[in-house]
Amino acid sequence: MNVALFVPCYIDQFYPRVAVATMRLLERLGCTVRFPKGQTCCGQPMANAGFEDAARPAARHFAETFAGCDYVVAPSGSCVLHVREHLDLAGDTAAVRHLRERTFELCRFLDRFLDLDRLDVSFPHRVGYHAACHGLRPGRAGERMAPGVDVVRGLLGRVAGLTLVALDRAEECCGFGGAFAVTEEAVSVRMGRDRLRDHLAHGAEVITSTDMSCLMHLEGLARRQGAPVRFLHVAEILNGNR
Amino acid sequence: MKPPPASTDHAAAASAFLADEARAGWHDRALWLVRRKRDRAAAAVPEWETLRTLASAVKAHTLSRLDDYLLQFEAQARANGFVVHWAENADVHNALVYDLLCRHGAQRIVKSKSMLTEECGLNPYLEARGIEVVDTDLGERIVQLSGEPPSHLVMPAIHRKKEEIGALFHAQMGTPEGLSDPAALTAAARTDLRARFFRADAALTGVNFAVAETGGFVVCTNEGNADLGVHLAPLHIASMGLEKIIPKAEHLGIFLRLLARSATGQALTVYTSHFHRPAPGQAVHLVLVDNGRTAHLGREGFRDALKCIRCGACLNTCPVYRRSGGHSYGAVIPGPIGAVLMPGVDPERYASLPFASTLCGSCTDVCPVRIDLHGQLYRWRQVLGRRGRGGASKKWRMRLAGAVLSRPRLYRMAGATLRFLLRWLPRRALGPWGRHREWPDPPAERFGTWYEKQRRRS
Repeated sequence: MNVALFVPCYIDQFYPRVAVATMRLLERLGCTVRFPKGQTCCGQPMANAGFEDAARPAARHFAETFAGCDYVVAPSGSCVLHVREHLDLAGDTAAVRHLRERTFELCRFLDRFLDLDRLDVSFPHRVGYHAACHGLRPGRAGERMAPGVDVVRGLLGRVAGLTLVALDRAEECCGFGGAFAVTEEAVSVRMGRDRLRDHLAHGAEVITSTDMSCLMHLEGLARRQGAPVRFLHVAEILNGNR
Repeated sequence: MKPPPASTDHAAAASAFLADEARAGWHDRALWLVRRKRDRAAAAVPEWETLRTLASAVKAHTLSRLDDYLLQFEAQARANGFVVHWAENADVHNALVYDLLCRHGAQRIVKSKSMLTEECGLNPYLEARGIEVVDTDLGERIVQLSGEPPSHLVMPAIHRKKEEIGALFHAQMGTPEGLSDPAALTAAARTDLRARFFRADAALTGVNFAVAETGGFVVCTNEGNADLGVHLAPLHIASMGLEKIIPKAEHLGIFLRLLARSATGQALTVYTSHFHRPAPGQAVHLVLVDNGRTAHLGREGFRDALKCIRCGACLNTCPVYRRSGGHSYGAVIPGPIGAVLMPGVDPERYASLPFASTLCGSCTDVCPVRIDLHGQLYRWRQVLGRRGRGGASKKWRMRLAGAVLSRPRLYRMAGATLRFLLRWLPRRALGPWGRHREWPDPPAERFGTWYEKQRRRS
């Protein structure tokens, strides 16, 4: 399968290791991966702030950069959700509709299209899985509480030695929310600390998620507190990174 | 009651609420427990998702023919012997109610829970004119006695601890000092209210559902207080928002099953009272209130919010509501549903509410009538952005960000600058992010650079 890698801007700038792991993982599972040059941002930050007009140039640029790709895959549920729900900002054309349907969050893509028996990795640690809200949303029956909807738990279940820790609140938002993290600083910080406490109380050594933005927030809080926990993107664990 | 501030600042109010960390944690856990009860109740009904779909469709249909159903309801209700009034706004509603009370010589009234009368500010209006108004729902009574607005749609005093209620009752009703046992406090309120029920000249209730086909209406309570008031008083005034209409009695089977389960996890409210005709010697007046609902119906993209049955499930599940408290919204309707309804009432005053969300979508997942709440929050942000929220500087900053993030060269330069700054600037100097959170350690090169190097090598 030909996959165009979409690396969200903050991963490109702050977490290149996550993009490398995503690329290697897809290649290991038999994909031909290409990183379309000149990609920037999907436009979500401006759109969520209430400025779709300001997001439009980024949406158009995204649509041009990825035009005609068979599949676009990104290690982020949030950016993918924005592309799927709002890329019509670039114009509601057949090409854009095609692109919206063909853009996938990494884990959904793995689960739906690839032979997971080739996923031969181990990760002998206690892992807390943070279910990122935007990864939960698309393609769901609309019921957050319904069991068995989240494919990420299934993927992590295939990793030898990995123990998923049970959490008190398995689907609670971490409080990142983009600009919310600074405009609603108090609520954001409290939400993050509450999530962190849940993971730590259940003995998580590593916290993972489909979205590095949630983890950037949680890791920022954990490091300031000096909490003994590491943060890895799901792609890193599935790729066998330690 | 204190006058509301000119414009609500949710972030500031939330920050004040969170200053008491232990109390904020208690509030969060109390509401989380209610959400868990809702989850269990929903999971126990195999056709739950179908019920939600049906409820949403019935409401969508009703809203699309609201004028027809309202007129049908009016005719049937009149045939039943109810007197029907129309009120264009809160002022007309309040004047109408006051006029009815005067005409019946009513001085003392008992009231069951009604978010609509909160919306209309009925209590202060009547009190200013010498009417004694007693809220008879226990939670409503608590907030009435403490002189504050409800903080939740179905649990108005959820923000109050039992010790505080004990102190309030001690001061206002003479209960023993230090009493905080919920059963004893409830018994005290019950005794106090009982006497007031007997003395009441009129009973006011809200309306949960009004059935166009039959002209009857339904009031749901857990305390039987609506019934107690209505059955004792010679005058019953029921106020309802225009959107409370459902076409047929058989549709109650959908909504009643959803309402209590979504609200508190109960299978049904303890009392589900159906009113079909006045009791002998009693007058029943129905006031149908618009107060902005028709205008909201005309708002493409926001219409569905009128499907709301005021169950409060979106409040209980909202991680922001649970951690900021109902009063932080500075609005009659708090939480996610308030954040999509209130900007329609006053887009300036309630401009901060659609931003009091991470867009996590949990509200949408639990809404029994499938209102696309997080989608509406997103759309309100667009409306408010176009109206100039954040001022000209915000608009230009967003335009600049949009320009940079759509031009690869500028994007690469901005990214390199940011990574450089993060390496050298003091950690804690970096604003609201850096006060409580570390920034990520910036890598020497971005992924795109690494990828190009790899490609050239191979």
